[in-house]
Amino acid sequence: MNDISLKDALKVVGTRPVRPDGVDKVVGRAQFGGDATMPGMIFGATVRSPHAHARIKKINTAKAEALKGVKAVITAADMPEIVSEEAFVGEGPMNFRDLSNNLMARDKVLYDGHVVAAVAASSMSIAKAAAELVEVEYEVLPHVIDEIEAMADGAPVLHDDVFTAGVDPKPTKPSNVAKRVEFAKGDLAAGFAAADKIIERTYKTAPVHQAYIEPHACIAAYNADGQCTVICSSQGQFMVRAYCAKLLGIDISDIRVVPAEIGGGFGGKTLVYLEPLALALSRKAGRPVRMVMDRVDVFRGTGPTSGGTVKVKLGAKKDGTITAADAEIILQAGAYPGSPMGPAAMCCWAMYDIPNARAVGVDVVSNRPKVAAYRAPGAPISTFGTESAVDEMARELGLDPIEMRLKNAAKNGTKALYGPTFQNIGYVETLEAAKAHPNLQAKLGPNQGRGVATGFWFNIGGESSASLAVNEDGTLVLVSGSPDIGGSRASMAMMAAEILGIEVEHIRPIVGDTASVGFTFLTGGSRVTFATGMAVCEATNEVVKQLRGRAAKIWEIDVEAVEWRDGSAYPAGDNAGKFEPLSLADIAAKAARTGGPITAKGAVNAQGAGPGFGTHVVDVEVDPETGHVKVLRYTAVQDVGRAIHPSYVEGQIQGGTVQGIGWALNEEYIYTKDGRLDNASFLDYRVPVASDLPAIDAVLVEVPNPRHPFGAKGVGEVPIVPPMAAVANAICAATGVRMTSLPMSPPKLKAAIDAAGK
Amino acid sequence: MAKTHVTCTINGEETEFLCDPNQTVLDVLRDDLGLTGSKEGCGSGDCGACSITVDGRLTCSCLMLGPEAEGKSIGTIEGVATGDHLHPVQSQFLKHAALQCGFCTPGLIVATKALLEKHPNPTDEEARYWLAGNLCRCTGYDKILAAVHAAAAEMRGESA
Amino acid sequence: MYSPTYAAPTTVDEAVGLLANASGSARVLSGGTDLIIQMRSGRLRPQTIVDIKNIAGTIGIREEADGWHVGAATPGAEIGENAGLCAAWPGVTEAVQLIGSTQVQGRASFAGNLCNASPAGDSVPGLVAAGAKAVIAGKNGKRTIPVEQVPVSPGRTSLAADEFIYEFIIPKSSGKTADAYLRFIPRTEMDIAVVGCGVCVTLDNNGVCTAAKVSLGAVAPTVLVVDAAAKALIGNKLDDATLAKLDAAAQAACNPISDKRGTIEFRTKVAGVLARRTAAIAFSRAAAR
Ligand SMILES: Cc1cc2nc3c(=O)[nH]c(=O)nc-3n(C[C@H](O)[C@H](O)[C@H](O)COP(=O)(O)OP(=O)(O)OC[C@H]3O[C@@H](n4cnc5c(N)ncnc54)[C@H](O)[C@@H]3O)c2cc1C
Ligand code: FES
Ligand code: FES
Repeated sequence: MNDISLKDALKVVGTRPVRPDGVDKVVGRAQFGGDATMPGMIFGATVRSPHAHARIKKINTAKAEALKGVKAVITAADMPEIVSEEAFVGEGPMNFRDLSNNLMARDKVLYDGHVVAAVAASSMSIAKAAAELVEVEYEVLPHVIDEIEAMADGAPVLHDDVFTAGVDPKPTKPSNVAKRVEFAKGDLAAGFAAADKIIERTYKTAPVHQAYIEPHACIAAYNADGQCTVICSSQGQFMVRAYCAKLLGIDISDIRVVPAEIGGGFGGKTLVYLEPLALALSRKAGRPVRMVMDRVDVFRGTGPTSGGTVKVKLGAKKDGTITAADAEIILQAGAYPGSPMGPAAMCCWAMYDIPNARAVGVDVVSNRPKVAAYRAPGAPISTFGTESAVDEMARELGLDPIEMRLKNAAKNGTKALYGPTFQNIGYVETLEAAKAHPNLQAKLGPNQGRGVATGFWFNIGGESSASLAVNEDGTLVLVSGSPDIGGSRASMAMMAAEILGIEVEHIRPIVGDTASVGFTFLTGGSRVTFATGMAVCEATNEVVKQLRGRAAKIWEIDVEAVEWRDGSAYPAGDNAGKFEPLSLADIAAKAARTGGPITAKGAVNAQGAGPGFGTHVVDVEVDPETGHVKVLRYTAVQDVGRAIHPSYVEGQIQGGTVQGIGWALNEEYIYTKDGRLDNASFLDYRVPVASDLPAIDAVLVEVPNPRHPFGAKGVGEVPIVPPMAAVANAICAATGVRMTSLPMSPPKLKAAIDAAGK
Repeated sequence: MAKTHVTCTINGEETEFLCDPNQTVLDVLRDDLGLTGSKEGCGSGDCGACSITVDGRLTCSCLMLGPEAEGKSIGTIEGVATGDHLHPVQSQFLKHAALQCGFCTPGLIVATKALLEKHPNPTDEEARYWLAGNLCRCTGYDKILAAVHAAAAEMRGESA
Repeated sequence: MYSPTYAAPTTVDEAVGLLANASGSARVLSGGTDLIIQMRSGRLRPQTIVDIKNIAGTIGIREEADGWHVGAATPGAEIGENAGLCAAWPGVTEAVQLIGSTQVQGRASFAGNLCNASPAGDSVPGLVAAGAKAVIAGKNGKRTIPVEQVPVSPGRTSLAADEFIYEFIIPKSSGKTADAYLRFIPRTEMDIAVVGCGVCVTLDNNGVCTAAKVSLGAVAPTVLVVDAAAKALIGNKLDDATLAKLDAAAQAACNPISDKRGTIEFRTKVAGVLARRTAAIAFSRAAAR
């Protein structure tokens, strides 16, 4: 196998070719979820609850069904009732029954925008009109939006069968607190006793939406013979298949899910919202059904990630040595249990080697949409708290924030609070690279400040499949099971090309449907380049082996005496120079006579995804009269293991960073008093626009991961972890005001500045 | 329901269609004319994924009713390349990896082309403000700006 | 099922006739950047849509003896391309160009911004401060009223069912008169104003203000004309004392609400800040004339 330290020997990996799916995307030909059609298709629409919490007393669909052009109306009564069962299909914990009830409310609606019925009709406008004709009688119940209020005695309880798990003794009363987890090491009390300085603060973050630009979309056909086809944009065709099968009681083999191009996911497309409804409608109507969400429904009914409360206590010696660290992270799960409080707790201290530490996660349900994964689920929330506290500590102790972190940095051999002992990590390298970056030499003017923060994400491996087939002319087709949301087809082809010693253009990488490639876990957890990449490498190595075998056959020599390099077979050892080398094309042309088609599969359950670390430094300018924050300069350093396609690695870092800037400054879910979402549009859910931003300088540090053939680590999630604290720390440097609540929007910052009398 | 008959030019070709008066041009392009390159990210003018030009002026196709297209000349993403020859904006987007998921890309390319036809040498700030109505959630805009400037240079005849 | 009729008259009389005789509700369509969104969300369902853009004079800009005639539906982008008007009224023209994105600029108009009657419409404080008038066509011919008399409450105007705005007349600016408009938004683009402020001043040769009009948006149910703020300027140079008085007058005039875009406290304070900043620009522009 390739020596990962030999970066210079690599010819394809580390270069920046044009991506194979690129032209389709720049000419408008790429097929996204909402672009697909099927003969005879009709259109679906949903009916959603206007109430945050209500019992469904009656649903009358008669008027809707009577409208000309309406082909089917469904409610929960048309869906099988699912028993409670843990699901490990998507990212993060999930329960099949909850997901079923989330798709279509059965007895109660639990949030504004909860689906209660769906209709299919011969045109979209008829479907929408029919949706308005569905009459739902509600008994409105008291609701609760905030996680702390939801924990209070007397708060409206959402589920009468949720008892706090993870506490002793087992509670006897149902509660909105679904679960508590704890990670601890050392002796906290002793650690705080040894500290010269203790900082204790409570931080608050707002829920934010993944805000992919493509709304959820699918088209589904349920045939008379029970065979189903679904074309949709998701982060996992196998995930969609599993959920549809389970939630509708269909055999997995009867469902074929074809991945469309996906217009962004960031974790938000790791569960299903439409596909089972479209199939159920199709089953009833006997026609393929297309469903496309509108933006309002995307905000009201999907995602977001949790908001939460983070209580941090940090103790350090005068020299900056952290002696004890404690964090409690209370996260909103939305309507059903399952917030990312686990990873939030696991990640929040992972950058540090702290002898005495604890992180507690608490999962709380309230009348909000069920949360979905969002880039490094949970970690940005907890890290906003911990990295703000570390900054404040450095400030109090008069230490440079980077030096403070270097002093306490996790290194190889550090045992992380959540269990494992780190190996081959590059945290210190990111801090050093940040320190050396020219952006840190820039002089700051009045009302300007510089903030530093760091972050961690595990990255995951898991199951992936790929297959590689040599075409008759020596080009190849590479099929993998991972939806490509950020250029992964390019990386897959590049790894195969590197091993084969050919130009990447000779490989056509495609994302297979569930009937054409082996099971692959979804695109999430920054796993694709790592895990699916390993499957691709495995398949490619097998193809190389076969190619050598064919050459051996043609030359009538031993396969061991055939060497593969630069895309050709060479006779080696005693035979060296005896035969003309055979190129891939030569061998392909003779394939029929040497044993038939040359194909291979790779199937892995990859372990050992290298954990990722990043260090971010941001300069901001605050308008003290309005509270407006302008980002002047941004440096995002990250250990990426090895960048297969550096442009797309940088792109992940830049994109994640900017999402973090949005989270820091303006993004939030705003509810009215009666529990309705008040800003369900891009006009008032304020994601960063081009003019809000400076260049984002992405700096790649490469500490290779020995578990991957080329040293790759996951890269997509780390970059969203540090920005919120980095921006808060910069604002503090600029104004002297410590913001502890996100977003740090102008009204909030202005009020804080005025209150501080600055 | 009486449909309106509309005649217009789309990407240089005379086109006729029938539409409901409250269908938008975006609906017509995507659902009736098979031109699905224009995307719907919001349907409310906020994301720019549906960008087109109308008589040369950049606009959102989701903010224009089908009947308003009567007599107009419309340009969509499908008309940006000439045959299989990519426009410099398209090739520079590819070269600079200015797209990840690619959903915002058609709108950004139409908007960038309109920018460069009007301002052949925009400053970074001008380009960022011009494109502020084109949301991209994947890239953080950095590489998009690089592509815009490279395309501008190429269109000015400077070798990029 | 909702299905409106669409009409694109080519004369004023035809348009007035359509509006007057419409069965059910009728709406005028200019750029559609408010109307189409409201139709889509179901907030408005007019039975008749009267697109006025094919009527001669509704799009385009003419300089005449009594002022600049700007067609009601002229899109912001086209206004921004008119060098003469932009030089004469930088505040008015910058304000209309702040509306939305480049794409929205391709359609959005003064008339739509005014008749949508949002308290936060960006072009309205600028028009008001500049003393612009709206020419309204109806069954009884045309009438001309000051722009500030058009909106009466959020979402409602003083126009009768058969009326529409045909064009605007913005006076010629002369001597040391100049205007400015600033707004505050959380981002840098694509937001609705949390506060907007238009200021128009005339100075004498010593830099003393001889006439002023100050207008605030998004701090009350309709755009405000703040006489007290104008008074703070008139007779004074732009020194710290004047600015402080202006700031206080602007804040005192505010009667905002707290909503998803800003709190009462924030809006009030920022109104004062913007009044100062906008006045400073208007003064320096006027002084340079
Ligand atoms: C993405 C986006 C961003 C926006 N940003 C801003 C912003 O920053 N600032 C801002 O102020 N606004 C903003 N808007 C709102 C909108 O663009 C403006 O209000 C615009 O000026 C409306 O003009 P229009 O020509 O498109 O109006 P239309 O939608 O055509 O009309 C709006 C209303 O006015 C009526 N009307 C139109 N013309 C006439 C007429 N001649 N006589 C009588 N009534 C008439 C219509 O019946 C309708 O009720 C934004 C909108 C979008 C979609
Ligand atoms: S779809 Fe038109 S702007 Fe978003
Ligand atoms: S590339 Fe995905 S939104 Fe821009």
